[in-house]
Formats: sequence, C-alpha cells, structure tokens
Amino acid sequence: MNPTSASVAVSALPGGAIPAQAARTGKVRIIDAVKYYGAAGTGVLAVDHCTFEVPAGEITVVVGPSGCGKTTLLNAIAGFHSLSSGSIYLDDEMLCGPGKLKAEPGPDRIVVFQNGALFPWKTNIENITFGPMMQGRLTRAEAYEKARDMMADAGLRGIENNYPGEISSGVRRRVEIVRALMNDPKILLLDEPYRALDSLTKSVMHEALLEIFYKNRVTIFFITHDLEEAIFLGHRVVIMTTRPCRPKKILDIDIPHPRDYSVLTTKRFREFMDETAAAVHEEATKAFAAGEKER
Amino acid sequence: MSETDLTKLPINTLLDRSDQMSSTAVAMHRLSLWLASPRPYLMMIGFGLFLGFWYLSVEVWKLPRFAEMPGLTTVVSEWLSKNPIYGLSIFVDEYYLHIWVSIRRIAIAFFLATAIGVPLGLFLGWSKRFKQFVFPVFELLRPIPPLAWVPLAIVMFHGSETPVIFLTFLASFYATALNTMLGVQSIDISYVRAASCLGAKRWQIFRHIIVPGALPFIFTGLQISVGVAWFSLVAGEMVSGQYGLGYVINTSYTMVRYPTIIIGMVTLGIVGYVTSAMVRVLGDYMMQWRTRELALGGER
Repeated sequence: MNPTSASVAVSALPGGAIPAQAARTGKVRIIDAVKYYGAAGTGVLAVDHCTFEVPAGEITVVVGPSGCGKTTLLNAIAGFHSLSSGSIYLDDEMLCGPGKLKAEPGPDRIVVFQNGALFPWKTNIENITFGPMMQGRLTRAEAYEKARDMMADAGLRGIENNYPGEISSGVRRRVEIVRALMNDPKILLLDEPYRALDSLTKSVMHEALLEIFYKNRVTIFFITHDLEEAIFLGHRVVIMTTRPCRPKKILDIDIPHPRDYSVLTTKRFREFMDETAAAVHEEATKAFAAGEKER
Repeated sequence: MSETDLTKLPINTLLDRSDQMSSTAVAMHRLSLWLASPRPYLMMIGFGLFLGFWYLSVEVWKLPRFAEMPGLTTVVSEWLSKNPIYGLSIFVDEYYLHIWVSIRRIAIAFFLATAIGVPLGLFLGWSKRFKQFVFPVFELLRPIPPLAWVPLAIVMFHGSETPVIFLTFLASFYATALNTMLGVQSIDISYVRAASCLGAKRWQIFRHIIVPGALPFIFTGLQISVGVAWFSLVAGEMVSGQYGLGYVINTSYTMVRYPTIIIGMVTLGIVGYVTSAMVRVLGDYMMQWRTRELALGGER
C-alpha cells in the first residue's frame, strides 16, 4: 500500500523490528462483554463476561472449540450483532456499549469470512474496488489504479478480470484480504478464514498473511480452532473456554517476527504448544461432553 | 527476494487463453465438441424412435386407439403442402399470422409479468415488513389456476385480446415473483455483511448484492414463467380469441381437421422451445460469472 513502509518492512529491518512510522491504530478493548441469545431462562449464553485487549499493530488470535461463541464476539466488533451488555472500544472510541449495544458496520473494521465472501458476480478487480467506490472515496480510475498496484504487490497480477469462481480457493482468500486492505482498515477481523483449505495451501496462506501484515502493520483479530495456527501467527493468543466463552488463558508469544515455517520446529514453539495443548484439549472435551448432553 | 518475485508472476496464464479467443471461435469450438460427443446422435435416435412409433402405430399396425389419429406422413405432407387440404401449411400466410398473434401475446404478457414480478419479488425478499402484508394475499391468489380466472377476465376486459393476455400474464407473474423472492432469500448473509463492512449503503447493497445475487433464481423463474405462459395462453385462446395457435387447435377440433391439430401442436412445441432457449441465452449472457464458473467445472 504504502511503498516506503513495505520496502522497509521486507528488506531493511531484519529481526522483525516494527517500522516506527507505521500507524499504531486498531487497538480493540473488549470490556465485560456478555451475549445472551433468546429469552431469559430458556436462551443460550454465548459470551460470558469477556474482557481482553487486542493491541494495535499486532496479531491477536482467539482459539476455542467450535461453536464456543468466538464468532459472536467477532460479529459484535464488526457490528453484525448486538451485545447483551458490556462494551467494545476501538482506539478509545466506543463501538458499542451501554445505550448503543450494536456497533455500526464500517470500513475501519473489515471481516474476512469463514467461507469467503467475494461477490461471485463481480470480477476480482471489481470486488477489490468495491469498498472505495461505494464509499465514494476514490474515483473509478483511482480505485482501479490502486487495486492494480495492490494486486501486483500481493502476487495477484493477471487475474484482475477473472471471476472469483475461476481461481483457486487459496487465491480467493488473498483477493479477499486485498479487498479489505484497499480501505485502509484499522483492524482486520478474520473468522477462521483458512478452515476450508487443505494443510499445504494453509501453510502457504499463513506465510502470505504474515507477509501482508509485515507490509501493512494492520491490526489483526484472527479466530481459529487450530492451536498451531494460533501460535504460529499470533503475537498474542487468547484461549477461550467452551460455551459460554470467556478467556481461559492469554499468552504473549515471544517468538520474534518475521516468522516463517521454520518456527514450527523450534523449541520455543514446542514449549508454547505443550503449555497450551492441555488447556485447549480440556475445553474441547467439555464442548464434546456438552454436545452429548444436549442431544 | 527471489521468493517474492516468484509470487509476482501472473498466476493465471492458463485462463488468459479463453479471453483471447473470439466468440465465433468459441462457438465453432463448442459445435465441433458437440458433434464429436455422442449427444447429437443419441438425440437423433430418440427422435427416430418417437416418430417411428407414431408412424407404425397409426399407419402400419393401425392399433385400436391410434387408428383414428392423423398419421405421421399425413401430417408432414399436409404441413409441407403448397395446397393443404385443411387450409394450413408452411406455405399459407395465415399460418404465420397465427404464430405471430400467439408470440405477440406471449411477449406482452411475459414482459408485463417480468416488469412487475421481478421488482415485487425483490421487495418481498428484501423487506420483511413488505412481505408480511403482501405475501399472505399473494399466497392465497397463487393457487387459483389461471383457467378459473377466465370468466372474470372476460367480464373485466373488453374485446378478445386483453383477456387472453391477462390470463397468460397471471401464470407467468406468480412464477417470476415467487422465484425472485426465493432468490433474494437464498443470498448468503455473508455477502450482505461483507458489503456493509465495505461501506455500502442500503440501496447500494440492494443494487450490487441483492439484484445480482438473486439473478440465478430470477432466470429459473423466467424459464418457468415462459413455459407456463404458453400453457395458459393456449387455454385462453381456446376459450376466447380470434387467432393464435390455441385457437387453431380448438377450431380444427370442432371442424374435424385432425392433421391441422397436430400441426398446431408441433408448432407450439417448436415456438415454445425457441422462446425458452432465448430466455436461457439471455440468462447466460447476463450471468457471465456463472457461465464461466460452470464451464470451468466442465458442466457445460
């Protein structure tokens, strides 16, 4: 996006130092969030007094068993759902809280969806230019020029006029992330975006995501049920309890960035896995047992 | 940095080829593929069996129920005759007048049904409140067969033309509106959410997400619509009307011109097929993304 910060991040700064000029926005604070579905007494408590922080300019990964309520939290930040109580702040601006339980969706917080949500009836470049053109921020010519630059930068040259249905699912995810970045969002909200991909594609996607992150330093809120993915990507990993979801353990992963796949075999990575595997497994077992009971 | 350079290569050189091919080349390519496949030959065998059964059962074996029917050779020679015994063949101007009148009625009714049915269906699917007060009435009127409207149509509209068009319109309209509504409801909520994330306003979501997202269902509706339009057109023409293929069939029956009945029926089959093929081609044209996706999957 910004050519200077991109080249600095990739070439001039070894050891993952964060470029000083990078905008440090996108801090999200979740304070005592509660989400209750359905009527009192018979409903389901999805999020139970959840409090944690997503630091600006970092990747925060939320790990929890399927159906634990982590997507509910993401939807509250994005503005798709209301909270029952509690509040969420983005850079000290209240998104939702007392008096306004549902946030407005907006281009400062862009979601990348679990199954992908590129519009199949628009070409890749039409998808990418959709945000700025709808907001009226850029003219068509400006938007197309910026989109071409960003696509080239992300290794997506040559597919501008293809439809999303004509490219592989891995490439589709990259297009979707570029579509989000076109809007200079403060935070990217990724809802298990690589869930449906095979493990080989997934590992490529992880490195591609990190590369994009190093270039743009956009804050990332990433949801997954895959612990390895969480530790590999995250500066911070929030392990959730099974439903109702609440942070069980918050870890700061001190493996230096930039990371690549060699990290997976390091001792430090294994230590983090060992430290957290038991906690995650315990919650998964609980979720499974709860599922059995509900049936 | 060689790693980054690799990713910057065009990753889709294979797909670029199809963009360079002209549309005639694509059409010729498809035609040759079609001729090389077993499909056209199986199709001919199917037709051969059907026509052969007709010929044998009526004219050769003279089976009990079939002996009274007009035979294949009788119909074909009448249809292609310059001096048709019963007055209707491809060399008679009146034949084309009947076809033209029917097509004109279909065109008007189909146009009205689409112009009213698509917007109505879009709003039914889009606005819960609108649906709550319109849909119950719609659902109550929909099961009434168009034929049940015949008396009312004749009382309501003057002349012979408008009632027939009204009946044709009715059947089409329900199919179009209902499918359009289902189309809107079938749209993945993620698309709407993604659009609102990207800063689209409500009407922009309607124009860029709802309308194109419902398009596959809308065209399914239009396919059904054009089919049922012919269905109720013929019914309408049999009851009232001066010209048209339904009228031909009905008057030929009362005047005992049996081969002409078959000519009318076959003509209906052909013209009906052509109209629904036209709707399909228009759909493919308007949904390039879908055609190309399906083509890639080898389903076309």
